[in-house]
This record gives sequence, structure tokens and C-alpha cells, in this order.
Amino acid sequence: MTRDKTTVKTHAIDLETMGRSGQALDIANEEISLSVENLNLFYEGGKQALHDISLDIPKQRVTAFIGPSGCGKSTLLRCFNRMNDLVDGCEIDGKILLDREDIYQRGVDAASLRRRIGMVFQKPNPFPKTIYENVAYGLRIQGINKKRVLDEAVEKSLRQAALWDEVKDRLHDSALGMSGGQQQRLVIARTVAIEPEVLLLDEPASALDPISTLKIEELINELKSKYTIVIVTHNMQQAARVSDYTAFLYMGKLIEFDSTDTLFTNPAQKQTEDYITGRYG
Amino acid sequence: MIDKDVHSHHISQQFNAELDTVKTHMLEMGGLVEQQVRDAITALIEGDSQSAETVKVNDKQINSMEVSIDEECTRILARRQPAASDLRLVIAISKAVIDLERIGDEAGKIATQAIQLSESGESPRGYKEIRHIGNHVGFMVRDALDAFARFDVDMALAVAKEDKLVDEEYGTAVRSIITFMMEDPRTISQMMNVIWALRSLERVGDHARNIAEHVIYLVKGRDVRHFGIKEMTAEVQDNQ
Repeated sequence: MTRDKTTVKTHAIDLETMGRSGQALDIANEEISLSVENLNLFYEGGKQALHDISLDIPKQRVTAFIGPSGCGKSTLLRCFNRMNDLVDGCEIDGKILLDREDIYQRGVDAASLRRRIGMVFQKPNPFPKTIYENVAYGLRIQGINKKRVLDEAVEKSLRQAALWDEVKDRLHDSALGMSGGQQQRLVIARTVAIEPEVLLLDEPASALDPISTLKIEELINELKSKYTIVIVTHNMQQAARVSDYTAFLYMGKLIEFDSTDTLFTNPAQKQTEDYITGRYG
Repeated sequence: MIDKDVHSHHISQQFNAELDTVKTHMLEMGGLVEQQVRDAITALIEGDSQSAETVKVNDKQINSMEVSIDEECTRILARRQPAASDLRLVIAISKAVIDLERIGDEAGKIATQAIQLSESGESPRGYKEIRHIGNHVGFMVRDALDAFARFDVDMALAVAKEDKLVDEEYGTAVRSIITFMMEDPRTISQMMNVIWALRSLERVGDHARNIAEHVIYLVKGRDVRHFGIKEMTAEVQDNQ
């Protein structure tokens, strides 16, 4: 048997996978889900909110957008499921590709796009219906009404959102009687019920207490095996805890995009360093 | 690449002060350790068992400094969750105090040899080597601490290079002492004391090199432990 030097393992630990300084993740080795190419966005009156943004969002990873208020991170997130279409006078040029197809191409139906790219907002927004109906809602509007199918989907989604055990005995109570953290997980269950490819989370935990926040973060970690997740957060520690990749935006520009390990230990740009360490910008 | 006053620009003044304090404490500990090595060498060469005892007593102070600086680092990690260069500063300090404490231990060991030598009568030979290597590693410790204080990677690199010279000098010194022992076997036990002291000095050089490596990590964010000098130089000069 011949053994070459690189495959020899000492001890029971695979030293290669341990890596030398968190180099395990590299965007070059990732499958890309969403790809942004030279994106510019103007609000009414010509005010430019995003400047020439290009980045790749890897599949089944968590990508965080961080940056000070007004830096464009939510605006960028909203571009991914064409929420900005609803803003009067908003103009976009450049491309956003989902599985290599431009979502801004003529003929792309925004409603069907939003089935593939689900979004969760800062404030939990359950419908004033029962817990069950909240989760079943997306399926019902797709025309699915068979009780057995809905029951299954509701249970599966609530389990995925780590909520099933807490609500299984009161599925037909109003969703508005739940705690904020539970409501947010219910909204996530409602979003995953229609099995999107991408989950956009806009400050999903900023209105929640620390324990509910940790539950949401744990949930994000569970969900990334199935979904591509993009999260906008003001909380840098949260970005550091949950994400695989982090993008730092400042004044509508993408300053740095790298693996979270690298960005939080040895950022390449001074602006990133100043922001994440809390210095004068 | 960061510069040395980078830690004084936080929005939180309190955080500035905490980082500054822990760094100052580490450098104070470094100054004390430097003095310990110098005193131990002097005690050995001059056969002064009294000052050798003082060195051993002072080592306790160094040990408790290590513990308290480590506590400060832990507190900063828990309360501030530092990132990027702040994180690297805390980590580098926490590692450097380990090396400083070990240097303190080596000074203690040299003091022990000094006491034994003064009890068994002076050693006829080997002091020249101790003085020479002692001076050399003393400068290395000082330079490593200066490099830390100034965030100076070039100086850190120079310290790492010096370590190689110390290793060579140590080898030469041991060979010549072995020759003395063969010439006059009656001096073997004293000569062994001298060799132990030399060995301790050589270890001091290794720890100075470690501190220099922490400086490179702190400033450049590159982990250069277990690198050869060539690779280390390449890392330091990369995109400077």
C-alpha cells in the first residue's frame, strides 16, 4: 500500500478539516443560489440607495447583511423578492439571478417568485386566524384544500419551525394569543409551508427577548440544511453567531463580503474593522 | 494591518480604557520578567545567593499577575465580545502572558542554579557563555515587548530571527562545556548547573520568539506559529 504524505492522518483527528484559520468555507467552492450583478437602485427623485452591488449568495448557507442604519441592507434584501416593485418611483438596474435566471426579466410573475423566495419581517405579522390556518394559508391559496394534505403540511412546517410541541394542543386557537417569539416562529412556519428555496429574514429577532432570539437563531441553523437563508441584522454578534458568510454594506455600497470567520477576525477593509469593533466611522 | 493607536478610537470610552489597561498590565508584567532574568543572571555570575532568593520570591508576583491579566481578558471577552483587531489584541495578550510567566519560571530556575553554584563554590568556567547568551535573550525579550507596544511586525520578525542565533550559540556553549568536563571531571556537577542555566536561557529565547509571533498575529491577523523564518517573512511582508 502506498501512502502519500497528504493523506496520512495522525491521531483520530482529521487535521485537514480542522483548517488553519477558519479557511474551511470558501465562496469559490459554493453552489450559488442568488447572484447579484452590478445592481443599482434609485428611489423617487433620483436618490441612489444601492451602488453597483455584485455578490453571490451561496446555496444552503446563511448569509448575513450588516451595516449601519440606512446603509441599504434591507433595500438589498427586498430586491430579492421584488418587494421594491411596490415602492413608487423605485428604479432598478443590474441583474439578480435566481438559479441563473434574472428575476427582473419581463414575464417573471412576482407572486410566483415570492413563492420561491419567502420573507419574514422584523415584527411578527400573523394573520388574525387560528394557528393552523396561518400555516395552511399559503397552501390554500395554491388551491390545496384536502384536509389530510394540509394537516401533514402544517405539522411538518411547525416542526421545522421548532413550534410543534408548544402549539400542537391548541392549533385552532387564535395566533394572536401567542408570545412574540412564538408568533415569529409561526410566521417562519407559514413561510416554509410553501417550501421556498430562499428565506429572507429582515431583522427577525430584533423585537424579541434574548431567549426567543436564541430559539430563532437555533431555528436558522436547523433550516439552513434545506434553505438558502439571507438575514439582515443590526446585531453584529447575531450575524457572527448564525451566519456562514457576511456582507458589510455602508452608504449603499458593498464594502466587504467574506466568510463570517474571516470578516469577524481579520477583515480586509478598514471601514469594516471600524464598524464591527465599534469605532468612529 | 493595524497601527498602534487603533485601540483608542472606540465609541465606548470605557472599552478603550479596558483594552488600554490590560495591555499596560501585560507590558508591566513584561518589564518585571525582563528584570527577573537580568537579576538571575547577575546572581549566578556573582555568586550572590541572596539576590537569587529575591528572584524566586518575585516569581510569585509574576504568577499572580498572569492570573489577574487573564481574568481581565476573560472579562473583556464576556462583556464586550470584541471582534477583529480588538479580539486579536485580547487573544494575543492572553497568550503572551503565558510566555511571560514561563520566562519568569526560567528566571526562577536560573536562580536555583545560582544558589546551588554558590553553595558548592564557584564554577571555574562557563560564565562567559551565560553572560553572552543572557544578554542576547534579554534583548530579545525587550524587543519582543517593544514590538508588542508599538505593533511593530518588522521588529517582531527580527526577534524571531534572533532565536535561531541563540539556538546556535547554545549548541556551541554546550559543546565547549562538555570539553571542560572531559578535561576536568571534578567540575562535572558544577558544570551541569551551568548547562541547566544555559538551557533556561535558551528557553527564554524561545518564549521571546513566541511573543513575537503573537505580535504578528495581532497586527497582521496571520497565525505564524510553527512557520520557518522564510515563510514568516513572506507572511509579514505580504500586502503590508
